[in-house]
Amino acid sequence: MEQKIQVNKLKLYYGNVLALNKVSININTNSVIALIGPSGCGKSTFLKTINRMNDLIPNVRVEGEILLDGQNIYHPSVDVVMLRKRVGMVFQRPNPFPMSIYDNIAYGPRIHGVTANLDEVVENSLTDAALWSEVKDRLHSSAMGLSGGQQQRLCIARLLAVEPEVLLMDEPCSALDPISTMKIEELVTELKTNYTIVMVTHNMQQAARVSDKTAFFLSGEMVEYDETDSIFTRPQDKRTEDYITGRFG
Amino acid sequence: MSIRQGYDLALEDLRQDLLQMGRLVAISIHDAVDSLATQNADLARKVMDGDDAIDNMEHIIEDKCMVLIARQQPIARDLRVIGAGLKIITDLERMGDHAYDIAKITLKIIDQPLIKPLIDLPRMAEMAQKMLKDSLDAYVSLDITLAERVCLADDEVDNLNNQIFRELLTYMMQDPHTIPQATQLLFVARYLERIADHATNIAEWIIYLVTGQRLRQK
Repeated sequence: MEQKIQVNKLKLYYGNVLALNKVSININTNSVIALIGPSGCGKSTFLKTINRMNDLIPNVRVEGEILLDGQNIYHPSVDVVMLRKRVGMVFQRPNPFPMSIYDNIAYGPRIHGVTANLDEVVENSLTDAALWSEVKDRLHSSAMGLSGGQQQRLCIARLLAVEPEVLLMDEPCSALDPISTMKIEELVTELKTNYTIVMVTHNMQQAARVSDKTAFFLSGEMVEYDETDSIFTRPQDKRTEDYITGRFG
Repeated sequence: MSIRQGYDLALEDLRQDLLQMGRLVAISIHDAVDSLATQNADLARKVMDGDDAIDNMEHIIEDKCMVLIARQQPIARDLRVIGAGLKIITDLERMGDHAYDIAKITLKIIDQPLIKPLIDLPRMAEMAQKMLKDSLDAYVSLDITLAERVCLADDEVDNLNNQIFRELLTYMMQDPHTIPQATQLLFVARYLERIADHATNIAEWIIYLVTGQRLRQK
């Protein structure tokens, strides 16, 4: 299988604090990877290194490399704006812009200079995010009037509108009710046909349900990375076992 | 210290129930074979009456497993404990059925003198019972070496079964009057052979429970 992302001995420091220690991981194209681990283990930090969101935090230093399609994204010549277009992110709480549903989706393409066929882009993005049928009659009303689950799918649609390759999701369902959660999970499974998805989740069953591979992080290190089938039936490391079965600490 | 004490207690409870069921089955097999060797009708009836209790335990354990799956979403080793547990109790229940079948044969031939002193059948029974005992011990101690030994012992039981078959065949050829009883004794050998097979299955499930791997096929 083709590898979309290769991470080699990645280290990340917040000032003097080592937050990620020699993380190495290969992520296949069109697969879903779940990152699990206790709070503060570095999984969200790691997620943010994949589109250099951590650049925005002062005193962050990164060593090692992350290759996206073989190109090191930390190379000085990399255009970070273009990187974040290719590698988009969905956050824990839905964060629609305070504008209409239509404008939320059109926002990305517009700032990238797309003016033609915006209607089509909006429809396709909303359809791919499984939201079109619910909002097609009120595209010009405010996105803030949508439910939490709809807002989160809107954020995913907004991401899809700029045609990314990798989707990073940081606990995308933690603020959602069970039905919305199931819809997002279903969506993730559908989206992996066209995208590579890396998802942080605190919900073990969610990791088990949606991911192809699971990585377990602890204290800034990646303890175990394997097929999800294996991690959840026969993890190799006792720390993984203790964590996923809820006997941690 | 575990932070899921209620869950751990429920898993331990499940383990104890399974062992209790195993003990009932072991007693049943022992009594069934004993009833045959000593032609004891009362004991045979006790075995047959006792089968309901074994079936009942199977249902209780199944229900507990289902509830644990629904409410606790077991994964990793916990899942293997429950998955293996569900398979093991099926084997135990079948073993109980075979004890019942043997006891029924005791009653069938109760009024007839035995065509030969029973030597190999009790030996085979002893081996099958030891396999069950060892597999239950392996379950308690999670001892995969012991479990592997159970799997190996199955070949000896199969050999003895063939030996008994040939011997009884000789009796039947020499004197057709022995056929009705000899065929019943053949059934007994067959049931004991099946009991040993089920003990082997249990041992294989224990290996899976501990390691997450299947025993290599012979």
